[in-house]
Amino acid sequence: MCTAADLRMAAVRVLGFRARCFAAPRKVIGRVCAVLLLALAVPPAHAAEPVSDRQAIHILDRLAYGPSAEDLRHLKSLGIERYIAEQLDPASLTEPPELTARVAALDTLVLTPVELFQQYGPPRPADGSKPTPEQVRERREKARTILQQAQEARLLRAVYSRRQLAEVMVDFWYNHFNVFANKGQSRLWFAAYEAQAIRPNAFGHFRDLLVATARHPAMLFYLDNAQNAAPGSKRPDGGEAGLNENYARELMELHTLGADGGYTQDDVVALARILTGWTIARTPKASPDGSGFAFNSAHHGTGPKKFLGHDMEEGGEAEGLAALDILARHPATARRIAFELAQYFVADQPSPALVERLAARFAATDGNIGEVLKTLFASREFRDSIGGKYKTPYRYVVSAVRAAGVPLANPKPLLSAMARQGMPLYGCQTPDGYRDTADAWLSPDASLLRVSFATALASGNLPVAAAQQTPEVALAMTPRPEVMAVSSVEPKREPVDAEALQRLLGAALSHSARQVIAAVPPAQRAALILGSPDFMRR
Amino acid sequence: MRRRDLLALTAAAALAPLAAPALAAAPQTAGAPKRLVVVLLRGAVDGLNVVIPYADEAYYAARPTIAVQRPEAGEGAGLALDDHFALHPALAALMPLWRERQLAFVHAAGSSDPTRSHFDAQLFVENGTPGRHATADGWMNRLLAALPGPRGPTDAIAIGPTLPAILRGPLTVANLPLGQAAGHQLAIDRPEIASAFDRLYAGGGPLGRAYREGRAARAELLGQIGPEPQAADGGSLPANGFPAQAARLAHLLSRNRRTRLAFVALGGWDTHVRQGGAQGQLAERLQPLGDGLAALAHGLGSDWNDTVVVVVSEFGRTVRENGDGGTDHGHGNAIWVLGGSVRGGRVYGEWPGLSHAQLYEGRDLGVTTDFRSVLASVGERHLRLSDRAIAAVFPGLPPAGSEIAGIVG
Repeated sequence: MCTAADLRMAAVRVLGFRARCFAAPRKVIGRVCAVLLLALAVPPAHAAEPVSDRQAIHILDRLAYGPSAEDLRHLKSLGIERYIAEQLDPASLTEPPELTARVAALDTLVLTPVELFQQYGPPRPADGSKPTPEQVRERREKARTILQQAQEARLLRAVYSRRQLAEVMVDFWYNHFNVFANKGQSRLWFAAYEAQAIRPNAFGHFRDLLVATARHPAMLFYLDNAQNAAPGSKRPDGGEAGLNENYARELMELHTLGADGGYTQDDVVALARILTGWTIARTPKASPDGSGFAFNSAHHGTGPKKFLGHDMEEGGEAEGLAALDILARHPATARRIAFELAQYFVADQPSPALVERLAARFAATDGNIGEVLKTLFASREFRDSIGGKYKTPYRYVVSAVRAAGVPLANPKPLLSAMARQGMPLYGCQTPDGYRDTADAWLSPDASLLRVSFATALASGNLPVAAAQQTPEVALAMTPRPEVMAVSSVEPKREPVDAEALQRLLGAALSHSARQVIAAVPPAQRAALILGSPDFMRR
Repeated sequence: MRRRDLLALTAAAALAPLAAPALAAAPQTAGAPKRLVVVLLRGAVDGLNVVIPYADEAYYAARPTIAVQRPEAGEGAGLALDDHFALHPALAALMPLWRERQLAFVHAAGSSDPTRSHFDAQLFVENGTPGRHATADGWMNRLLAALPGPRGPTDAIAIGPTLPAILRGPLTVANLPLGQAAGHQLAIDRPEIASAFDRLYAGGGPLGRAYREGRAARAELLGQIGPEPQAADGGSLPANGFPAQAARLAHLLSRNRRTRLAFVALGGWDTHVRQGGAQGQLAERLQPLGDGLAALAHGLGSDWNDTVVVVVSEFGRTVRENGDGGTDHGHGNAIWVLGGSVRGGRVYGEWPGLSHAQLYEGRDLGVTTDFRSVLASVGERHLRLSDRAIAAVFPGLPPAGSEIAGIVG
């Protein structure tokens, strides 16, 4: 779609910066100029409120992973309201074909949990013999493909997707319902979990999201509910099984009510009993739909259960669903989700009034996340919170690549930078997920790493743009120092265009930053913009 | 000041008469500083399988598959500490320190707050105010404020890429990962890059402050973490893991005499499933921890006499093993205290017992010693803090019994 406003923008750019910033052939520019006169003469039917650069950057810093040149243009042509509406309806947006093609090439992302287990899980020789250590090692090596592909897909989408808010919400919910990608068999399923439990439910009803996470093998494994069984029931190895409280506790503390949500140790035990039998099915026979979930009634504990004041009706698997309903619709859950969203999108310490409004919207819409977000984005608190958040390492790295417009061919240096700053992608070990507050990430060491990363990226010395085929499997769960280090052997690559960067981000730079940047040699400017205090914030 | 250091300083002054400002900033060498190293085991280590109450029948009754056997049991048995307690065999590297009376435990220690939430309980261990979330700073930052000056950028260091809550607060602290990447060059080490960013970050606010603290700390520490340290016996260090980190920390502390407080956190203790007994998951986590603490003691040489190491966790785990050969979140735990001046070779604390009636809420080891009173004793006896200073570090802490007060000589 090409609106009159698009053309006005294009014309302003052509006039302001001459054809220098346009790679288009002269013929096209001529045509743009011709239409330009028309566009200026005839006001568009629905003129969007003019959007200042600073406002536009603010919206993109929160609903997207920061501004890219293209998205800034798009938002300004559309106006803020229409941009927000578009982002809340991601299905209406067509993805760039190159992104779709590159993600489609990552073949592990579309497999079901059962397929993943069959193809990447522990080897089971056809003759029923015990696998050799060699075979076990090979399989484990092969399973690393899943992590590599998931990390690559996540970064590609964060940088290039037009559905930026959807990608932002995937990150939000993945952290809220965190699964560590390196714990046992979770390593087979965490990516499928994001694709199947998180992604389709990111804007829907919270209850559906909660149920999808509760039934996914990644979560069932990670928080041990797959092994939670009625005391006295038999394990496959003949041993005696029993209760495991781990998931029940975190389900209330982290996923729904919050630690101050009013539950007791008795409620933890009751919920663990309710969820006995919710387990993993690893074969096509046990899980015909491939989802990997099974209810094992032999492991489910019968008998009366009192949970959060409710006498639970005897019902096998349905007891768990009823408990999840209670949790999803509990006022403490509404407050907790409202607080987390406000903290993520507005401020580390959001105003209680805003949290209250969002919680009320959550309760009134049966936990409709899209509706809660609409209320949030329309709030004065949101509008007035420009630059008030400190970026996490993930946000910082992704936003730098988007702003710099560096083509992302090789994600490894970015993954290493995140890991080195303490935030390996999919690498949060604990179920609380990564925090999104300044006090979690702002540190003396991080400050130096960020400005050093900015310098390397701006100079073109970070091998992001050129795919580097290294023989070893670069598993970026652990920092790889060499890519953060100053490299003397790497051939010089294309430096980032400081003038383009200044046009994109200038409005977000403080007066003093602009003065310092203007005073340094041009070759240093891009590094200073990407490493500036203003660019550390969003 | 020790004679050798004095000579070194004099020599440097003679060779570089223009280097007076650098000299003024040189590390203090007047006596070895009294130091505290805190190790936080995030995830709640199972203290009943670290310091095993082998004389309690109830222990074996509650843990049919994961109990560590009595000291006389042969292969995989606990290492006897006294006639009641034994140490997990994976911690054998610590037994020489126990025999030298440089290692003590306080059993049935923990928080006055009953939460079984990892995250709340860790916050309380770090902010030092159980039950109170809102405390803005960590107790180690308050402790730093209580220590006499002068102040420098590396008085307190957190090992790792982020700044933990325990060290947050108004006083300057440094953080650095001590992995293999620690000594690598960064772009910011190039003077022309640094001077440009210095101007960009000259302003106030938390970002400017963090940047400047980072620059100052790096200037002071980089030269000292540069080369890979060699173990004193000439053997090479393991490439990674806690033993290597601990050896690097020892190296750093021996060269940087300014650092008084250090903090490191280790994860992976939340053993809900198949934690094992003498062998298994927990044993595999304990072994590098024990080896690392022994490496730290060894690497510090004579400075070990002026160092106290405290190992704590947010709470203990259930007395009874769960249905999966693991343990769930509990209450009381064991605190470890190590150092040359520790009155060790002894398990401190009042033992509440493990029979059903003695358990906290019928399931957990009770808490008879507040974790803060162990730390307060270290502050008082080792760091020589006044009662008033200790009250500022741990506001509202009731006085400890005289037994715990004597844990450091």
